[in-house]
Amino acid sequence: MSGHNESILREPLITGKDITYAQITEEILSPVENKPNKAWWIGFILALCGATLWVVSVGYTFWFGIGSWGLNKTVGWAWDITGFVWWVGIGHAGTLISAVLLLFRQNWRNSINRSAEAMTIFAVICAATYVVSHMGRPWLAYWVLPLPNQFGSLWVNFNSPLVWDMFAISTYFSVSLLFWYTGLLPDIATIRDRATGVRKKIYTIFSFGWTGSVKTWQRFEAVSLILAGISTPLVLSVHTIVSMDFATSVIPGWHTTIFPPYFVAGAIFSGFAMVLTLLLVVRKVLGLENYITMFHIESMNKIIILTGSIVGVAYLTEFFIAWYSGSQYEQYAFINRATGPYWWAYWMMMTCNVISPQLLWFKKVRTSIAATWILSIVVNIGMWFERFVIIVTSLHRDYLPSSWTMFYPTWVDVGVFVGSIGVFFTLFLLFLRVLPSIAIAEVKMILKSASEQSKMKLIKEGHLDKEHVAEYIESLEKFDSVKQEEYAKI
Amino acid sequence: MSNIKYILGSFGDPDEMLHGIEKLKENNISIYDVYTPMPIHGIEAKLGVKRSRLDIAAFFFGITGTITMLTGVYLATVVDWPLNIGGKTHFALPDFIPITFELTILFCAFGLVGSYYASTHLFPGRAPRVMDLRATDDRFIIAIDAKTNTEHEKIDELLKGAGALEVKHNERKYVSYE
Repeated sequence: MSGHNESILREPLITGKDITYAQITEEILSPVENKPNKAWWIGFILALCGATLWVVSVGYTFWFGIGSWGLNKTVGWAWDITGFVWWVGIGHAGTLISAVLLLFRQNWRNSINRSAEAMTIFAVICAATYVVSHMGRPWLAYWVLPLPNQFGSLWVNFNSPLVWDMFAISTYFSVSLLFWYTGLLPDIATIRDRATGVRKKIYTIFSFGWTGSVKTWQRFEAVSLILAGISTPLVLSVHTIVSMDFATSVIPGWHTTIFPPYFVAGAIFSGFAMVLTLLLVVRKVLGLENYITMFHIESMNKIIILTGSIVGVAYLTEFFIAWYSGSQYEQYAFINRATGPYWWAYWMMMTCNVISPQLLWFKKVRTSIAATWILSIVVNIGMWFERFVIIVTSLHRDYLPSSWTMFYPTWVDVGVFVGSIGVFFTLFLLFLRVLPSIAIAEVKMILKSASEQSKMKLIKEGHLDKEHVAEYIESLEKFDSVKQEEYAKI
Repeated sequence: MSNIKYILGSFGDPDEMLHGIEKLKENNISIYDVYTPMPIHGIEAKLGVKRSRLDIAAFFFGITGTITMLTGVYLATVVDWPLNIGGKTHFALPDFIPITFELTILFCAFGLVGSYYASTHLFPGRAPRVMDLRATDDRFIIAIDAKTNTEHEKIDELLKGAGALEVKHNERKYVSYE
């Protein structure tokens, strides 16, 4: 906080000259307080078309039943669960950024946590729609809850990972929502105090009467820390339980104990990729280059390469264990994955998840916005294929060769998936219009200690080690939002 | 007797505001409250705000979740409708750990945030009791009760001396009720 100087060796988290608290408010709230620009409208209309496709496809599914999907009696689970796991995985980055990075005191989380958490919530909504729409009779969705026998059924099977999953996803969703909304209160109050008329009334209701008094802030920080502490194991538990949906079965290729850590790493991997896909665009379109800096982008890329490599090791371990176990079925499942009729999906997954992210070892790639953006999309594609490979290739070769078959999606399968992306973007673009995409209060907190201007001031005061200063200035070269000429003068 | 209810010292910098608090305390002037656009570390010690007990509450909410789930599952699988699954024990504890964990977190989070909202009077639609509209933007506000601290001129001087950009004499407590 204020009155405490950070080491000069640390790269700045806020760039730009003469940034004031008022300017932070102004810049972050500008998309909320002004009319949207053309880019937003184009994006929103496209997203809305996708969302409409989703409504049509899911409506068609409800009317005609699950038979409208491409499932057959051998491959009984395909794009539906692939989409579900893909979205849940993407939904991991938000709470990871807000909880785990808070526990580790990573201040760079402050400018990306808000939109990452929003992304998490929308991704989990997309995942939940898959669960409901693949029930066939969605109006009986409440049967997944543990309700007593008077409803005409037994208790839910508490031994089943599908029931655990219901508990995990709903807990994750509601706790993430609480965390996100509590963090939003001070920022909603900021909008409220600047607004007039109807807008003021609306934001007054949603600001819960926030004033920013000492006690509220002190309790706010205590609550954030405890929520972070309990959300950290929660994030890890969610994808662990999702992986158990597969791991507790006896299908070759699914029945492996490596699944929980492997799925969790994959989830963080895809989540960060999606955060980058979104934020690189948001940063450019909303002009937030000073708050989401090259340091943030590079840090996220480092997490991507770490988790991507863990996923790569997991792929190889699976193969090794399949051979080492001596189980014929397991061995066949894995050889078939890589060389069977779905070889293209397997190698797509390998290339996108393991090989191409290795490019991030190069600093040039890691700090290039275009390369990062493309790689983040490649990772998203790769992670979709990972789930497809695990699910479909394990199922399409049954124990009886007579039932061996392929899976062909129908337009409804494609519509539900593409549509869910539309739903996601519709929600995200609406979020950008009505709520601040960066946590204003949290960014203000680091302005005096970790900004470029505060470090510039320190350099000008001249009590610092020359070598450290030189190293710091060199580290600024990669920043696209820093003017090097300023430093040449010193 | 003047109509001034509250004196507000409006600072543009958190460190100057902390300096202002110290100055006021040296002169035995009681501070009503401080409003800031962001959390200021170390301020609660200066103003004598007690340590939060929300962590203790959170623990007990969490434990309640644990007990609720274990009891619920026991009632369902042992008392109400025992099922023989390959002769295994009805109360298969390892199977119930994931859901017990989830309910612990769920109860803990909702209990914690609920207590926080209750203890700081936050709820949807509550009329904001704001003394200065810029306190959520770029100003750090020290509010002093003008009725109990009568040396108004001295307070003004102290605040200005500490670096206050503006000193306001408000005749109404809250400016947001308009």
